[in-house]
Amino acid sequence: MWTWFHKLASPPHFYRIAGLTIPAFSWAAGLLVAAGLYGGLVLAPPDYQQGEGFRIFYVHVPSAILSMFVYATMAIAAAIGLIWRMKLAHAVAAASAPIGAWFTACALATGSIWGKPMWGTWWVGDARLTSELILLFLYLGYLGLRSSFDDLQRADRASAVLAVIGIVNLPVIHYSVVWWNSIHQGSTLLTPGAMPIAMKWPALCMLAGFALFYGAVLFVRLRGEVVRRERSAAWLREVLVK
Amino acid sequence: MQDSGRQTGLEARSVHAWRGDRHVIRGLSLRVTPGHCLHLAGPNGVGKTTLIRILAGLIRPEDGSVLWRGEAVGHDPDAFHADTAFLGHDNALKADLSPLENLAFWSALAGRPAAAVAATLGAFGLQACLGLPVRVLSAGQKRRVALARVALSGASLWLLDEPFTNLDTGGIRLVEAQLAQHLAAGGMAVVAAHQPVTPDQGEVRRMELS
Amino acid sequence: MTARPGLWRVGMAVYARDLRLAFRRWEQAVQPVVFLLMVATLFPLALSPEAAQLRGVAAGVLWVAALLASLLALEFLFRADHEDGSLEQLVLSGHPLGWLSIFKVLAHWTISGLPLVLVSPVVATSLAVPASALAVVMLSLLLGTGVLSFVGGAAAALTLGVKRGGVLVSVLTLPLVMPALIFGAQAADLAIMGESARGPLLLLLALLVLSVSLAPLAIAAALRIGVE
Repeated sequence: MWTWFHKLASPPHFYRIAGLTIPAFSWAAGLLVAAGLYGGLVLAPPDYQQGEGFRIFYVHVPSAILSMFVYATMAIAAAIGLIWRMKLAHAVAAASAPIGAWFTACALATGSIWGKPMWGTWWVGDARLTSELILLFLYLGYLGLRSSFDDLQRADRASAVLAVIGIVNLPVIHYSVVWWNSIHQGSTLLTPGAMPIAMKWPALCMLAGFALFYGAVLFVRLRGEVVRRERSAAWLREVLVK
Repeated sequence: MQDSGRQTGLEARSVHAWRGDRHVIRGLSLRVTPGHCLHLAGPNGVGKTTLIRILAGLIRPEDGSVLWRGEAVGHDPDAFHADTAFLGHDNALKADLSPLENLAFWSALAGRPAAAVAATLGAFGLQACLGLPVRVLSAGQKRRVALARVALSGASLWLLDEPFTNLDTGGIRLVEAQLAQHLAAGGMAVVAAHQPVTPDQGEVRRMELS
Repeated sequence: MTARPGLWRVGMAVYARDLRLAFRRWEQAVQPVVFLLMVATLFPLALSPEAAQLRGVAAGVLWVAALLASLLALEFLFRADHEDGSLEQLVLSGHPLGWLSIFKVLAHWTISGLPLVLVSPVVATSLAVPASALAVVMLSLLLGTGVLSFVGGAAAALTLGVKRGGVLVSVLTLPLVMPALIFGAQAADLAIMGESARGPLLLLLALLVLSVSLAPLAIAAALRIGVE
């Protein structure tokens, strides 16, 4: 297993694998999102309490889950990069950050749009919304810190420390609806029996589709990072010329 | 055992280092033993400062290892640092404090008695400016205060990066005298310098970097 | 070989030196307090001077002003040491860097956080805060500025050597101290309304304990990266 991991972490090997997997991820993502949207917007019944307005759930919840998943990936990759000094790990963190930031912004925006008809307000200062907003600021801070260094190695390592520090926010977001009396509804997608299957399967499709979308975009960006970091290496010249 | 003599010193094995995109240090090995001084020479930009900073433990080399008394520095970095004194390009002096106050702080960190500070500063020709704020001293005087800090540390290994910067001939002779005393007492030194390093005692080996 | 000095002696030496340096340049050191006083004066001018309205926003205004004042001072925590080479000497001192950082942050808090706490009753009174609430307001600021100094210290360590890094330090610190701001302002607000602020105060204390334990690790890691 370690040899597989080691091979994957080698830039020329990864570059080749990425070339094969990106189209696969993209097609799978496209199909799943299409299925999820059709299931959620057309097939699924309207919510008995919230009516049709509920359907924004199919974009809001996967975005929010991905925003946290991407940050977790980023922080773990950053930690690996710091501890084992693996350049590709730092590249994963760097490539994930903008994607995660967009997912977070999307979750906040769709949540706000959903909140207006449901709660009567665009924003409320409760724990979950605030900690998700903090997550967006963490992403932006990470990107800002990265870009303020000319030396790539220093940028990698300083931003890796920041990413690891910010991980404490993730449990706060997730458990905020448990620890505090929040206006935000509790966990439904991941709690068994909380949702009828007709509503659940489109949401899971969307979630899987978004995750594969993240994978595809991540690999595309990673290839770019590899090219940037290994620009003086011989193997890259051969590959690009081919 | 014969090997124990070689063990009590600083050693670098096949050290590689990059600065940005440049591969500055390529597979470099060196050894410094008690009573010896290693003089790193070479043109500007060749990597003398990078190498000294690697030996000091500020930069972790991309490949290769640095050993102190036979053990990798990473095993007990605090013990290594406690026995090492580093002089970089900057003097590490606070402009608003006097030389006495500056060195009193560093000697407290090094566990040295405060009484020795004034005497050491005197040995570097600074008796007249003991109580003046460092910002009114000349560049050469500031460098002397920084060198006094190294002499005061009681460390076995001195790592000096361009110690003679800004010094006049009198200052250079003073530093070489202190270096000779240090080597005679069984200490070691690595000095990166453009000019020759000629202490009265102790053996100096020159290593040209390219 | 000389005997190594004890950790407390070393820590106090670091603390004492930073305080001495700040007193030699006290005009610089008082700037955060001056800022707080000015900002607090702006609010009654910009809003109405009516006591009831001021009292409603007093907790938030006081806290945000104290936050901004502390952020201003953060940039100086490591910058001078980094520029004159003292920082790399501290890294090479052979003493635990996290331990030394605690004392540097404490010195910084004594210079920029503690004065804010001491001045806050005056500022709070000017914002129509009742005298009964002043103790809680001060306590919340005491704990909150502590959190700020430690978390901000990590942000300052990460941005070592970045040109004009002042704004970046604030951008990095704010998300991490928002919980402290929320609880602190909540505690002050409850006290102003005459209710018990025990809950938020205890949470704030927990945040302080968390920052004091974790921030030094982050600061040490960041400082090592910064002096390479």
